Amino acid sequence: MKWNGRKTGIAIGSGVVLLIFAYLVWGGIGNNLVYFLTPTELLAKGSTVYGTSVRLGGIVEEGSIRWDADRRELRFRLEDESAKTVEVISTGVPPQMFNGGIGAVVEGVWTAEGVFRCHNLMVKHSNEYKAPMPGAKPPEFYRELFRKQQS
Amino acid sequence: MNGVVGHAATLSALLLAALGAVAAFVGGRRRDARYVTAAQRAGVGVFALVALTFVVMERALIMHDFSVSYVAQVGSRATPLFYTIISLWSALEGSILLWALILSVFTALLALSSRRQSKSEGEGDVDPQLPYALGTLFCVNIFFLLLISWPANPFRAMSPIPPDGPGPNALLQNSPFMGVHPPLLYTGYVGLSVPFALATGALLAGRLKPDWPRVIRRWTMVPWTFLSLGIVAGAWWSYEVLGWGGYWAWDPVENASFMPWLTATAFLHSVMVQERRGMLKAWTITLIIATFLLTVLGTFLTRSGVLASVHSFTQSPIGPFFLTFLGIVLLASLTLLAWRGNALSSEGRFDAALSRESAFMINNLLFSGFAFVVLLGTMFPLIAEAVRGVKVSVGGPYFSQMSVPIALMLIFLAGVGPALPWRKGSLELLRGKFRWPTIGALAVGVALAAAGVRAPLAWLAFVLAVFSAGLLVAEFVGPTRARHATTGEPWLLALWRVCASNRRRYGGYVVHGGVLVLAVGVASSATFRREAEWTLQVGATEQLGRYQVRLDSVWAVHESNRDGVMAATTVSVGGRVLTRLNPRLNYYKSAMEPIGTPAVRESLREDIYLVLMAYTADGKHATIKAIASPLVAWIWLGGGIMGLGALFALWPGGAGAPRRDPVPEPGRPRARPVSEARV
Repeated sequence: MKWNGRKTGIAIGSGVVLLIFAYLVWGGIGNNLVYFLTPTELLAKGSTVYGTSVRLGGIVEEGSIRWDADRRELRFRLEDESAKTVEVISTGVPPQMFNGGIGAVVEGVWTAEGVFRCHNLMVKHSNEYKAPMPGAKPPEFYRELFRKQQS
Repeated sequence: MNGVVGHAATLSALLLAALGAVAAFVGGRRRDARYVTAAQRAGVGVFALVALTFVVMERALIMHDFSVSYVAQVGSRATPLFYTIISLWSALEGSILLWALILSVFTALLALSSRRQSKSEGEGDVDPQLPYALGTLFCVNIFFLLLISWPANPFRAMSPIPPDGPGPNALLQNSPFMGVHPPLLYTGYVGLSVPFALATGALLAGRLKPDWPRVIRRWTMVPWTFLSLGIVAGAWWSYEVLGWGGYWAWDPVENASFMPWLTATAFLHSVMVQERRGMLKAWTITLIIATFLLTVLGTFLTRSGVLASVHSFTQSPIGPFFLTFLGIVLLASLTLLAWRGNALSSEGRFDAALSRESAFMINNLLFSGFAFVVLLGTMFPLIAEAVRGVKVSVGGPYFSQMSVPIALMLIFLAGVGPALPWRKGSLELLRGKFRWPTIGALAVGVALAAAGVRAPLAWLAFVLAVFSAGLLVAEFVGPTRARHATTGEPWLLALWRVCASNRRRYGGYVVHGGVLVLAVGVASSATFRREAEWTLQVGATEQLGRYQVRLDSVWAVHESNRDGVMAATTVSVGGRVLTRLNPRLNYYKSAMEPIGTPAVRESLREDIYLVLMAYTADGKHATIKAIASPLVAWIWLGGGIMGLGALFALWPGGAGAPRRDPVPEPGRPRARPVSEARV
């Protein structure tokens, strides 16, 4: 295996390809990072995060949910342990399990008007395997439907 | 009782695996057939003991023996039998038990095949390669058996014994697919330990036997096929169950299964260059080691709770174990590669840029680049949190941006690669081969543009797929026509004989065809998917594209393990009833929130997919999301074709091995004497 011009060419060529590739990957990641923040962290960052993509996680404040059926607009507030709240606006019907007190993650942008415009509302699934806490009851909403069917 | 027997069987298997490892390494080192035979028997014995463990666990689950901790965790008297059986792999400990079972099956198979080889070689001469490989595989067994003996022991005794359990994770009870997807995926994932063991065995022995590429390729093809099917089945599960109408979300666990698939696919191609031309040896062996490392890394990421995902189980204590194992394997492999690298120098060299070899090289660059892209995207949140202390996730657009160009080039290569000859292609030859596929692809391109396809990337994907498909078909047509002309056999028989004469090659082309079908399905369903969401009153109708969806009623049902609410709908096209779909929400004892079951009407042309999002308690309104995905069924179809092609290639019999090009003997590095090998 002698080092000759051909090999140098190959080495330079593959180096260039690798550099371009690394640049593309790095840029691709940088532009698509989504920061995960709590309401407290979001409010602390304030105007520095206007317009950047953020995932905001918190608890839906009890009694804060308002649904405007005509405009198909959902408004609610997300809070965390330090009781800081962020007003969230989302369009579209919320999932069936969406309720006050439930954990939710909203993906969207924090705007200068002081509201969080959400384009993706995710209710925190307990995907981890976990039995209900003692005393906790699954929502019994649908039982009303049973009662109606039986009567 | 079950608990004691199960745990005892696990411990015995652990002990036997340790003895087997010692016997295998000693046998290989001393070239002593007695030790090697003992190790081979131990391989079968470990399988028998792990199988016993598995059966005992199934028995405990079916008997609802809640004195066993794992049964108390995932069992429930109300769960139907089928879901009780598959609940074995619905949580951490059981899934590692399934892992250990599959690993022991592969270990026994390798032991038996090694036995067959020692018999054919005669007792006097022991080749240390297979014993070393068997020893390595025993070490992997030891790791997993250690896990289920101690930190992830599913047989712990419960006290007090609970009268009933919560049942398996509700998401996993929701579809029979859970009976298929994990075993397929695990078989693929775990099976990739065997080629790793063979590679390690060869490195330890210090030489690659001439038939090494053929042997290791076969041992890789089997898990690769299972892994491919497992990934497609997982995508299908996600589509049928999760209710978002998609099938791939670049979730860490999906990535964990995809990365080893990518490197294993690269390996399957580069090992052909090694087999044929004696080139790329070090690269090939690095790829298969990387594949195994990626399976361990993937398992660590998804089973330790460091990354949140649909698939991750509760925080578990096994994270550090996996990290340690990963570190050991990484260090050992790097040391081995550095130590034995000189046995892996190339025999042949590139003759021309326009050749099958260079197509394989580009293929390998693309696949390993793809794996790197996915690895970085998956690991980045961990790196960012460790280095900068911020919580970030890498958005789906990163993966799409990076993977689409790579995928397009791979679609192109899937046809061009097989069309290129080994060593040196000529432009004349290519002009002839490319003429009709090019014309066909351009015609399809014009037709698509005329039909209103305005998405450039999807358009390009379709055109390239048609081009590659044309080239692949030509590879079948040419030889069949020649055979028909010389033998006068009927066309179909001639085609069959041509394919059967080289199963590996034509099976491989069928796999490529399946990939093309799958790619068309992905491009189409990702680009042209339409969706709408309506709150409907009973009796009302809404429209999505050509579909009219009418809500007929909303009602509730009781089942043994769950209650459900269904929205009965009628879907019509142009006033004619197409189908009735009943999307539903299910309420399980073990889940706080309802879990949806979407209703799908699948067809080759387009799927219509309905999800019940919400309903009013009076049963008069329901909110329904409707999704129309064109050609999404082609993805599952493509996966099936890939599976059939792989099966055809693997089917025993027929001349499988292509002839190896003669290599100038004098320049060939001599194998090192085996006695130099150190363990």
